[in-house]
Amino acid sequence: MDLSLLTDGLLAEREQGITIDVAYRYFATPARKFIIGDSPGHAQYTRNMVTAASTADVAILLVDARHGLQVQTRRHAYLARWVGIPRVMLAVNKMDLVDDGRQVFDDISEQFNSFASELGFDEVSSIPVSALRGDNVVERSHALDWYSGPTLLQYLEAVPARHDEQAGRFRFPVQRVVRIADGNVQPGSGYEDKQFRGYQGTIASGSVCVGEEVVVLPSGAKAKVAGILTADGEIDEAITDAAVTLLLDADVDISRGDLVSAAAAVPYLRNEFDAEVCWFDQQPLDSLRPYLIKHGGTTVRARFSLLRHRVDVDTLKLEKNPASLVMNDIAGVRLRSQRTLAFDAYRDNRVTGAFIVIDDTSNRTVAAGTIS
Amino acid sequence: MNMLSEPGRFNEGDVSGIDWSHLDALEAEAIFILREVAAQCSNVALLFSGGKDSAVVLRLAKRAFFPERIPFTLMHIDTGHNFPEVIAFRDRIVKERGLRLVVRSVGDSIRNGRVRLRDESEPRNPHQSVTLLDAISELGFDACIGGARRDEEKARAKERIFSFRDEFGQWDPKNQRPEIWSLYNARVAPGENIRVFPISNWTELDVWQYIRRQRIPLPELYFSHRRQVVRRNGSLVPVTDLTSPRRLVMPSKKYKCVSVPLAISPARPRSNRVRPR
Ligand SMILES: Nc1nc2c(ncn2[C@@H]2O[C@H](COP(=O)(O)OP(=O)(O)O)[C@@H](O)[C@H]2O)c(=O)[nH]1
Repeated sequence: MDLSLLTDGLLAEREQGITIDVAYRYFATPARKFIIGDSPGHAQYTRNMVTAASTADVAILLVDARHGLQVQTRRHAYLARWVGIPRVMLAVNKMDLVDDGRQVFDDISEQFNSFASELGFDEVSSIPVSALRGDNVVERSHALDWYSGPTLLQYLEAVPARHDEQAGRFRFPVQRVVRIADGNVQPGSGYEDKQFRGYQGTIASGSVCVGEEVVVLPSGAKAKVAGILTADGEIDEAITDAAVTLLLDADVDISRGDLVSAAAAVPYLRNEFDAEVCWFDQQPLDSLRPYLIKHGGTTVRARFSLLRHRVDVDTLKLEKNPASLVMNDIAGVRLRSQRTLAFDAYRDNRVTGAFIVIDDTSNRTVAAGTIS
Repeated sequence: MNMLSEPGRFNEGDVSGIDWSHLDALEAEAIFILREVAAQCSNVALLFSGGKDSAVVLRLAKRAFFPERIPFTLMHIDTGHNFPEVIAFRDRIVKERGLRLVVRSVGDSIRNGRVRLRDESEPRNPHQSVTLLDAISELGFDACIGGARRDEEKARAKERIFSFRDEFGQWDPKNQRPEIWSLYNARVAPGENIRVFPISNWTELDVWQYIRRQRIPLPELYFSHRRQVVRRNGSLVPVTDLTSPRRLVMPSKKYKCVSVPLAISPARPRSNRVRPR
């Protein structure tokens, strides 16, 4: 692999003059396929870093060996942990520009380890690299022969992917209700003469089998899974991440935004909850006005009823009861929603524990939140 | 950094033993996106280009909504320079799927003065956007689904999956909505719309593998003979009349021309992902 994957695009980027957003790049090795969400370091565009991080399996933070950790490095490490990335890799770059590289690298990685260990990652690692010379990116180099760990690519080929690790209780946010009526059947589907009502969605966690007992929230109605439909026909069992259509045996009232859950392990049902939010918008939070919260397929009105604390990402100290939130602030808040929501804590479920905040006058996504 | 599961590999710890490949992951993501557009938007166009990417999106839509008919209008922006096979293919799909089709032509935009060509030989493709924007406002679409992919070019690499267009139909790359998790925000004011790209994360190779796995019919011209391909970022890009032939005329050092049969990689055994009862 040549380094153009990481650097070529940047030249074009400068020509384009858009250096502020996430650039997605794709590559594969015999072991794996990768998607890189290359995000800007600049503080002003933290929201774009969060965009890239929210779907990532692993975070690579790049620092310049000459400058060491920056406030932005800490902010990005904090946010990587906040969105639930279990592993973070610090790539100490431009090693070709420092003398006594070993000492410089040891100092930076030690500093980073002590900061990141407080954040609760499963694994924190560092690699000394020179992107310019390719040292420790794919192959090791003479220049950094004191380093004996994996190269960046070796690390990426071995690190667990999220889909491999998942487990958990069955959660199925209903995206759409499909009724076959009024001639809206797909020609040739074999359902032309059938009565049909199903619930379309993607399994957020756990798995589901035909015959299993489920509960529909927030109504609490119980039912059994009568069928699991895909475009290839009916199946017996479906796993996390599968996009399917569920059929239930009881005639229950279900609409978009409802959550079908394992009957044995139900989520929380509340209209007031604590969350950690990252504020993205240029316009500060106005805690007097209502916002829209999008949680799974539901969109509800909600107010910030309490601003508990703001996090200083440099020191990890908490500033109590801030008056408002401005762009890039990370804060512990309490929200009160107009309707009851069915949710899990984000640490237990990355789908049912996450929401975004929308300003209903501008329609902009102004914040993202994880339920505590 | 996001890692898709390895093709054909069984996931350890997955007691069900259900196989989950990178194509399954990409397909599930696209289906989620298509269902989300259908749920959030009221008047949706699916853009038909005649190319393989739009054929893949059409197939994904069929699978996403099965057994319901695709709840979108198929829209073809006709440059007037189509191959007859492409038109025949389009009309056959529309009939088979029971879709509503609208065609708006660049030729009409030229005749009514909305598009001015400098001379007759000027390519019409760049003018499609005028016809497209006019069609969106004429027909009142609040969302348009396209088959663009992020690996196609550098600016595309930065575009969101749900990409906002203002009332002038413009994309502002410097002020995109954050797109966190899969919580897509498709809210627009009247006159604005959202472009949706369900196969944003697919590479050229993924598209060809999926076409093979799903046996997606393409207009004849894709399959006529052993064909030339160019190697580009590790993908084999077949050279057809619909991809830019300029790469062949002026091969740079980066693009190596080789000739291979269309079977690009061994098919993944479709084992027990679906177990009929
Ligand atoms: N000497 C040296 N320069 C590097 C290295 N990696 C990147 N650079 C240079 O640093 C500059 C900024 O790099 P860039 O990737 O654009 O940084 P970004 O703005 O953080 O994405 C460019 O001129 C690169 O050529 C390295 O390992 N060694």
